[in-house]
This record gives sequence, structure tokens and C-alpha cells, in this order.
Amino acid sequence: MAETERQILRLEGKRASGGLVVGPAHLLGDIIVRDQTPAGTSDDEISKLRSAIATASEALETLAGTSGDMGGEILGFQIALLEDDALIEPAVAEIEAGASAAKGWRDALDEQIADYDASDDDYFRARAEDLTDLRDRVLSILTGADFGDGGMPDGAVLIGRELTPSRFLAVDWHRAGGLALAGGSPSSHVAMLARARGLAMAVGLGDGISALHSGEPVVLDADAGRVISGLGQDALEQARRDVAARARQAEDAKRLLPLPATTRSGQRVITTVNVDDPASLSEVPVGHSDGIGLTRTEFLFHDRADLPDEEEQAAVYRRLLDWADGRPVTIRTLDAGGDKPIPGLTLDGEGNPFLGLRGLRLSLARSDVFEVQLRALARVSVHGNLKIMFPMVTAPWELDRARELMEAALAAVSKEGVTVGEPAIGMMVEVPAAAIEIERFDADFFSIGSNDLIQYVTASSRDSAEVSDLYDPLNPAVLRLITRIADHGLKTGKEVSVCGDMAAEATTLKALLDCGVRSVSMGYAALAQAKATIADYVTEP
Amino acid sequence: MSVQPTDQEAIERSVLLTHKVGLHARPSVKLTKLAKQYDAVIAIKPDDREDWTDAKSIVKVMALKAKQGVTLHFKAEGSDAESALDAMVGLVERNFDDGGD
Repeated sequence: MAETERQILRLEGKRASGGLVVGPAHLLGDIIVRDQTPAGTSDDEISKLRSAIATASEALETLAGTSGDMGGEILGFQIALLEDDALIEPAVAEIEAGASAAKGWRDALDEQIADYDASDDDYFRARAEDLTDLRDRVLSILTGADFGDGGMPDGAVLIGRELTPSRFLAVDWHRAGGLALAGGSPSSHVAMLARARGLAMAVGLGDGISALHSGEPVVLDADAGRVISGLGQDALEQARRDVAARARQAEDAKRLLPLPATTRSGQRVITTVNVDDPASLSEVPVGHSDGIGLTRTEFLFHDRADLPDEEEQAAVYRRLLDWADGRPVTIRTLDAGGDKPIPGLTLDGEGNPFLGLRGLRLSLARSDVFEVQLRALARVSVHGNLKIMFPMVTAPWELDRARELMEAALAAVSKEGVTVGEPAIGMMVEVPAAAIEIERFDADFFSIGSNDLIQYVTASSRDSAEVSDLYDPLNPAVLRLITRIADHGLKTGKEVSVCGDMAAEATTLKALLDCGVRSVSMGYAALAQAKATIADYVTEP
Repeated sequence: MSVQPTDQEAIERSVLLTHKVGLHARPSVKLTKLAKQYDAVIAIKPDDREDWTDAKSIVKVMALKAKQGVTLHFKAEGSDAESALDAMVGLVERNFDDGGD
């Protein structure tokens, strides 16, 4: 068989979300057009390109029309680029020289993308993303390839260069088996989303992915951060048996799901779930968790270019409260900025967005947007055990200010005749200045955002593969701060939980328990394994 | 600000770019859209560049990657060249009407 003679290809990268998958490779839109030969004359190909660009422009216009002033302005940039002949000329020249429309377009855009990528200015470098979006939007029209999962076989391993959160969320991950990226980073938001779903994902596999073909069977060993192709039948069978064995193990852990989590010594540990998509709750039996520990409201509205109004937000929050059936529901106010830009809201061109106007800072600066969210929260506050949490609190006055605004929203809504409750007001602890001086913050509860805390304590970007060895959850400085916050909780009787990725992995979860943390929140996919880890844990004397 | 005719018809003016992040996406969109409203041929050149660039092309204007602190030179040629330059320079002086910064 030709298959056994094929060369075995091993691509080494990093684990972003654990798992083992055997399935057909499915290359994401941006790389499958590489070898396309022109179907028609160069004139045909040029008019094909022009009409694809016109279609893309129309789609963007429609989107811009529903995106509000500033959102529309950002999309306006992409539209202006598409309307500019200077963008298209190099592609046309290449097509005249014999390339297909798709290849000409791709090469022309790649050249520009590389030019922006090489800029020493963060802002201009970031524009490479706009061009990449445009490139792929037009390519998907030209080739019929979907942005996301079009034509994907069941159980496929999706292969691509990079993936933005919005594209990730467009894929039907119930059908896909895993994700393997040439670039990317284990601490990116896409990686977080993958972990929340229990989806196997490897990153940093390098340019070698271009040697993979759609449809060929590959093994994605995400635990080792590896993709292997070209395996013979025997090796594939063995890999499939390994997958089955792991699935049985995971099934075993699931028996713990309906039970409250307790350590081997009988100490209760609160286990709640993180929610980024309310639709995903339909698959989470409410009795499996102690409630919702984190709702990332910036992701609730991911599929739109503008923020929803008060009515819509209130409806979503109400849905979460109804689902929880009296259990606590922690809703974090908008945490945009950093690596989660929202067109029209976050600042363009910050030199260092992770240290810039993000989280609560942005909300306080944009009180018009903040107020809509606080009013929506106020309106549902009587319908369950609502806890409101502010992200990126750095100074006590920020928390005080946010609390005042929340109280004002409650008063205003109440005045309009809506019965309101008394939601607890808490804060994320992710900035070292807050963690070190935790006593100065008058919050009803604390939630440690371990991902950002690690990044700020180790001065290592969560998005940089180059420094991912330094981005270490077990760095003693990180653990000491977490211990400090847990101690403060113990002394004051205020709840301290951890809602970052540290809660989702066995090794780091044990470290959290060592630090004295007794409340953790994670994606539902990680809950069974976490309960098993907790059940095994012997509380230290 | 000085108006100096460089040859028969083309006129030229310059202005300091004070916008915080330079000639980035939104400013570039505004600048090229405004330029397109005029019949005149309008060219732009930051201090640190050798060649003139078509001020009506967003792709080319963005590619200049002009940053805060450089001086932008504008050159226009055509019937409405004078008012075109007023508009260009005015836009840069008003910081592209960018309230966000």
C-alpha cells in the first residue's frame, strides 16, 4: 500500500489544550489555495477577483451598517482598503503573468502582510491582522472555502496558521476533533476557549503544516504538542486504541460529576463553571457544579460587531440566573482590551495594550457603555444569586467608583419600578498591586484571575511563545501572592476563588489547594478531572 | 505653515503630525476620503521618505507608517488645489477629529 510507504512527518509544537485525537486533517481556508492553477484565461481570473472583492465589500458594508459609529469606522478601514486599486494592482499583475485569481490575491496580500509584520511599531504591526482578515475573506469567496469549518469531515483535526477568537467560535466544535496551529500560543484566548471545551489543541507547529493535506489521517497528540502524519495502518490503530483508553478513563472521572467536590480528608472545595457562551449551558447539568464562577461577558457577544443594548444583555443574564436555579452566578463586567479588542470600544494603537486601557479601566472611561451593562445587571438582580465582578482592579478607588456606579444603576432601575436585589460586589485579583495590598480593597468576594496574574508577576506575555517557559504558574512569587489572598479570605470570611487556567490542570490545581484555595472555577470540560484531582488530594496538616 | 509654489501649478504645504499613534487606520481613512473629494492630484510625503505618495490611496498612505512627530508634506495640482491643501492640513492640525485620543 502506498500509505505505508509514505514518509512519517512529525511536527513538534506546544500543548495548548490536552487531548489525543486521530482523524482526517482539514486545512483551514488560508492555506488550501496554495497550488491552485487558473481555471480560465487571465482576464477571466481578474474579473473573478474583482467580483469576489465586490462581494467582500458588500458583506463588510452590511456589517458596518449594523455596527454603530465607531465599529463602523473600523470596518470602514477594511472597506477603504478593498476599494483601493493599489491593493489590487500587484495581484492583477501576477494573474496576468499566469497565476490563478486566488494565488495572485494571496501572494499580493501576503507581501503586504509581511511588510506590516516587519514594522517596529506595535500599532502598524497589528494592522497585519486586518489585511489577513481581508485576504481570507476574499479567498473564501474565490475558493468556496469557508472561514471556519466548511466541508469539514466529522472528527477532523483542523489545521491552520493562526485563528482569531471570532473565527474559532464560528466552527462547529461538536463535529471537529481538534485544532493544530502553525503559530499561536498556549496562553492565547483561543487556547482558553479550547480548554473550556475540552478540545485538543496544539500550537507553534511551524511552517511544516503546509505539508499536510486535507483528508489524510493525522494523529494530534496535544498533550505532547505534536502532530504526526503519514503513519501506517498499524500505528493508526494503536493510536485509536490509546484514544479509546483515555476516553474510558475520562468516563470514570465523570462518575464524580454529580457529587460535591471534597478532598480525601473530607474538606469541601467549591467547584463552579466558567461560561463564555450561554448556549453551552444546555449541555451542563446544573447539579454538577456549585454555580457559575465566571461569565466572560465580552465573549457572550462575540458574533457581533457592536455591543448589545440593555434589553438583550438583561435577557442573557436572566438566562444564566434561571439556569443556576438559586446557585451563585458570577458575572464579570466587560473585560475588553489587552488581547480582546472590541471594535469601536477599545483604543487603537496602544503601545502596550495589556498595560493600557482594559478591563474596569476601560469601563470607567467609557461610562456610557458601562452603564448599559450595570443597568442590565440591576434589572435581573432580584432573580437569583447574582454576584457582580469587576476585572483588572488596580487601585481601591476604582472598585469604590464601580460600586457607586452599580448602586446608582440599582437605584435608577428601582425608581423605574423594577424590583432589584442586593448583588454581591467582587473583584478580580490579577494585578500585583491589588494582590500585594489585598486588605485595602473593600470587595465582598475575590476571584484570582491566574492567567493575568502570572503574566503581570513574571512580566511574560501570555501570548508570546518565546517566553512561555517564564510564564510559569508555579513560580514561587505567583504562589506566594495566591497564598496571601487565600489567607486574607480565611481571616475575613470572604470567598476567594480562582477562575484562571490554573484551576483546570491537575498539577496547578494541586498547587492552588496547597496555597489554601478552596474555591475554583473552570470550563465544564475540565470539571470531572478536577473533581478527581480534589478527591485524591490529602489536605496538608 | 508656508505656501510655496514649487512649479507652475503644484503648490505645497507642510504640517506636523501630532496624532498619538501616527497615520494609522482611522486617520488614514479620513485623510484619503477627504483627498478623494477634490479633483486635484494630491500627494503626501513624510519627512523621512524620499518619494511622494498618492494621498488618495489608503494602501499607500498606510504603508508610509508615518508616526507622531514627523512633518507631513502635501503637494496638490489642479483647479481646487488650494482648497484641497487647506483641507488636508486642517485635518492633520485638528488631529483627524479623533476625540478618542
